[in-house]
Amino acid sequence: MNFLAGTWLGEWLTGLGRITLLARETIASALTFRFSRRDVLYQIYFIGIKSQSVVLVTGAFTGMVLAAQTYFQFHKVKMDTATLAVVSVSMCSELGPVLTALMVSGRVGAAIAAELGTMRVTEQIDALRTLATHPVDYLVVPRLIASNIALPLLTVESMAVGIAASYVVGVGLLGIEPTYAWWNMLKYSHNSDVMIGIIKSFVYGGIIALIGCYKGLSCSVGAEGVGRATTEAVVYSSITILVCNFFLTLVLEQLCVIFGL
Amino acid sequence: MIEVRGLNKSFGAQPVLENVSFHIENGESVAIIGRSGGGKSVLLKHIIGLLQPDAGAVLVDGENIVAMNERQLLRVRRKFGMVFQGAALFDSMTVAENVAFGLRRHEHLTEAEIAKRVAAALDMVDLPGTEDKNPAELSGGMRKRVGLARAIIYEPQIVLYDEPTTGLDPIVSDSIDKLIIRVRDHLKVTSIVVTHDMRSARRVGNHVLMLHERKIHANCTPEALFASTDPVVRQFVDGVADP
Repeated sequence: MNFLAGTWLGEWLTGLGRITLLARETIASALTFRFSRRDVLYQIYFIGIKSQSVVLVTGAFTGMVLAAQTYFQFHKVKMDTATLAVVSVSMCSELGPVLTALMVSGRVGAAIAAELGTMRVTEQIDALRTLATHPVDYLVVPRLIASNIALPLLTVESMAVGIAASYVVGVGLLGIEPTYAWWNMLKYSHNSDVMIGIIKSFVYGGIIALIGCYKGLSCSVGAEGVGRATTEAVVYSSITILVCNFFLTLVLEQLCVIFGL
Repeated sequence: MIEVRGLNKSFGAQPVLENVSFHIENGESVAIIGRSGGGKSVLLKHIIGLLQPDAGAVLVDGENIVAMNERQLLRVRRKFGMVFQGAALFDSMTVAENVAFGLRRHEHLTEAEIAKRVAAALDMVDLPGTEDKNPAELSGGMRKRVGLARAIIYEPQIVLYDEPTTGLDPIVSDSIDKLIIRVRDHLKVTSIVVTHDMRSARRVGNHVLMLHERKIHANCTPEALFASTDPVVRQFVDGVADP
């Protein structure tokens, strides 16, 4: 593989290998309970509670604009009352998890990379190691567990707020008949849609925490290094989320068909 | 006992250490001196396993730490305390939380016991009553003292100091030197001090290793070093720039 050394493909493969090793070390550490529950709770507060405003605004306005746009198209073929059904399925299986993850990656992924990157350049990570503490146990595992817990909760919140906001816009502003709209929504939305959204958000939580931690722990020296790590954490986690979303949709929808959900 | 055998380290194409070998007995106080950028801190980081050499071995009480992975190293590192050049205090924690970090992670003590040990460690470094301060509120000298309190609170056998007096005025430097000697004598620890301050090296070391051109150039007592007629040693001791 020496012919790849120094090329972008070689560096990309090296990064992929290192992040895989980090994931393996993190999962092994999490399974042996070497982390502190207090640290996990603090990270849930930081990732979950502190992201409320971002997620609520994103969920609400996505639901509202989706309701308006769907209504404008469906109104032409007299299918107004199918509007909420489209919004509900979209919010649960696609927009809720993806947009929540993208917003959280911008806020939390960047913060994780900047915090760990600063700790690295000021030798705080080395100080941890000299105090006989593995950086993965102390820094990565609590963030991964918290992100895996917080993202599904935030996503469900985003789904609910998006659907509620679309109901307000559809019924209150655009004049859709509420009973039929509600009935259609319940008819075409399934438990599997919500399930798919929650599974996706769990995966995205892992992606945000792992890429943020990896970029922070491997950042180069100096303020420029921290800045680059922060930017790369957001860009790489966003792209990974979007690419994974396509494949997860294919796989999870197929699984739903196979198991008759 | 710490033994370094044939240590080699390069960063890219730049060699930093070449065939470095020495040993340090328990309870010894060793100063590692040399020019800035000469690999002193790199050598210190190899002794505690923060860096992996390209070749060679580092034996701590007979165990080769070069062959160990990060998890195995954690056990060996409990024998060490390290004071960093920039103190490396955790800036999201108070002084007390910084000092108590090792205790909280590795020993099952009550909050009252932890508070007592923290107060005793801060007393030892002449910083009583600073428990609730944040690292940002402390001067450079105070930060290094807190770093030392954090390093010694769980009573390690070996304490490593990376440039403990760099960037400090002569009076504060003198107080840090006295502190290093006090810790060495009270806790009976092995001390390894990396410095380019000759006064400091003479005071805290009962043995001096001089690193020059990537190799150990001198390995002797401070008195022998100051009396040396070797031109490289003399240039460093007298602080004379290249012609």
